Amino acid sequence: MLGILKSRLRQKHRTMLYPKGPAPQLPERFVGRPTVAANKCGDCNVCAAACPVGAITKGPDGCPRIDTGKCLFCGACERSCEGGIIKFTSEYRLAAASRDDLVVGPDSPRYMPARNDLAARLFGKSLKLRQVSAGGCNACEADSNVLCTLAWDLGRFGIDFVASPRHADGLLITGPVTRNMALALRKTYDAVPQPRIVIAVGSCAISGGPFAGLKEQNNGAAGILPVDLFIPGCPPHPLTILDGLLRFLGRVE
Amino acid sequence: MSAEHPAIIRNAQVADLEACPCMSAGDFRQTLCARVSAGARLSALFARRKAGESGGRLYAVLAMPGSNNLGLLCCDVGDSYPSITGDCPAAHWFEREIAERAGIRPEGHPWLKPVRFAGKDVGLTDFYRMDGNEVHEVAVGPVHAGVIEPGHFRFQCHGETVHHLEISLGYQHRGIEDALIGGPDARTIHYIEPLAGDTTIGHATAYAMAIEALGGSRPSARAHAIRAIAAELERLANHIGDLGALAGDVGFLPTMSYCGRIRGDVLNCTGVLCGNRFGRRLVVPGGIMHDLDERLCKDLLDRLESIERDATDAIELMFNAPSVLARFEGAGTVSHELANQLGLVGVAARASDIEYDVRREFPYGIYQFTQMPICTWSTGDCFARAYVRWLEAKQSFAFVREHLRSLPAGATRQGVGELAAGKIVVALVEGWRGEICHVVGTDQSGRFAFYKIVDPSFHNWFGLAMALREQQISDFPLCNKSFNLSYCGHDL
Repeated sequence: MLGILKSRLRQKHRTMLYPKGPAPQLPERFVGRPTVAANKCGDCNVCAAACPVGAITKGPDGCPRIDTGKCLFCGACERSCEGGIIKFTSEYRLAAASRDDLVVGPDSPRYMPARNDLAARLFGKSLKLRQVSAGGCNACEADSNVLCTLAWDLGRFGIDFVASPRHADGLLITGPVTRNMALALRKTYDAVPQPRIVIAVGSCAISGGPFAGLKEQNNGAAGILPVDLFIPGCPPHPLTILDGLLRFLGRVE
Repeated sequence: MSAEHPAIIRNAQVADLEACPCMSAGDFRQTLCARVSAGARLSALFARRKAGESGGRLYAVLAMPGSNNLGLLCCDVGDSYPSITGDCPAAHWFEREIAERAGIRPEGHPWLKPVRFAGKDVGLTDFYRMDGNEVHEVAVGPVHAGVIEPGHFRFQCHGETVHHLEISLGYQHRGIEDALIGGPDARTIHYIEPLAGDTTIGHATAYAMAIEALGGSRPSARAHAIRAIAAELERLANHIGDLGALAGDVGFLPTMSYCGRIRGDVLNCTGVLCGNRFGRRLVVPGGIMHDLDERLCKDLLDRLESIERDATDAIELMFNAPSVLARFEGAGTVSHELANQLGLVGVAARASDIEYDVRREFPYGIYQFTQMPICTWSTGDCFARAYVRWLEAKQSFAFVREHLRSLPAGATRQGVGELAAGKIVVALVEGWRGEICHVVGTDQSGRFAFYKIVDPSFHNWFGLAMALREQQISDFPLCNKSFNLSYCGHDL
């Protein structure tokens, strides 16, 4: 008993101040939201060719558009672009409420709106989520789960992961939705009482990620269920996930 | 080379695909069984279907500890062949996979059910069933209570006692092995890294070793050292996380809380290395994408010092608590003999006193120059699997510290040439769960003709099923966590 108390003192108080204080420090090499410079792009298309998942298309202005819902944040496009048009920043706010808002072009703002008025009103102070991994590689799962540790302490926002879909207000889905998980996902969703929300975490759950196009999966959750919040990344940093949840609920701007 | 001997190759060394001695099915079986009973491990057993013909070719990779040699053997079979599992239980799961993937039937296999349900109705199979008064069945999953991957478990119980646990997987099947054929291309590394996302470095290293062997590239000692630092950080993060989760499963909350946070701190160290907490974009064929300078080494050393202090405090607190030990000891025991028979790998094997670690038996990269001590325990129970994790974590701390202080010079990345045509290479890596095996064959134009992946979980899931026999069903979460196997790594 005494040992437990001594250890408790040694381990100290560790819960971060964010969002009331500064956000936790991201690594220097962190790859966040990309930017596209306007008016300088030729028509070489090397960025689109370098992208392993076809996340880059050319817009009507000739500048690239990067779909962060497909993007693996590997930086291949940035390295391929001799003109320095594409740059990845350390902006961690990647989440958006609309799928179309995940596409970054030359005039995109720093981050996109994620607020859902209904969710903010109903679940702003208490959101219970059932997590469903449907082909996820355990990275998105781990970095969602890490929010429950005492450093992030998701519970202080009234957000929790629950065991039963019947106790949940919505689903948090990871993975490209494998063919073998589609039915279980559907049944889990049906077991959540209405009104309910769906959150897709990671490029797999948004678009199939690296597995997009393979026949054993469904290119993400949106083809099966209505998705209310998209949180890009491969996997998204826990701060990106937390920011997405808090902006979704109107807890931070 | 006579037909009764396997072709001898080394870890990550290229051989001619045609040089592999093609035996009769009888010789194949006899050679395989003889080698395994003489102490070899069955690292891979798989079939290649011949296009447009009936039947196919079976390949086996034998890891022969103590000799630094891998044995490769093959045989041509028709649509069926006599099953090997009866004489070599380690082949059990492999032969089920062969039947499912290649449609080649191992006749006489005792338990021929799908392992992944590719293209079938998942979870629909002939489950084992006990009947009798007060016998009952508990079915769990695919969606589990926690934030974890899906799988289906069926317990045959009498009261609290589990007489049999059947594990039925496949829910995570993404079809990666098929998708890899015809590669490599820009997407290949992105199939490999999330094979099992918590083992990104392990699988990416095995892939890189295979490509480097086929493409004639020799990464610098510096690249090897940084890969190994990342691999040991991966081991540390997962072992510390598992120890915390084990504490949670027996209701010892202080260690659970601390270790959950400390695991995140280790992942942040990997973030310092490459920007991503799971090591994405670090290991590439030819070397690494990101170098370390003196300032970053110092930053990592400072972080590790406090991580090691906090982890030691949190974990020793648990191992000094009699209430924890009472729950760990004697739970989910796998005997040394059984672990050997089943061909268990990694922590689960070493906890049953099997001295096997790829880093020592078939050293690769920087492990060729630094010997990692093998940590074992003899009791084979949850305590052993927990304690071996802690022993290994301590070794990993020392390894990372030592190598951050003395990084060899060298380029971060070398070029990789065209892949040699008509070759085969086996890459073995000790991931944090155990032996990772990638077997890659190239066609006449140097593209992947096949790419076989064996995650350590593939060997170990049946070990979990056996560990549960005669246990209380309430101990399942504890036993399960003590193995902590990968669903997606198994399902591919």
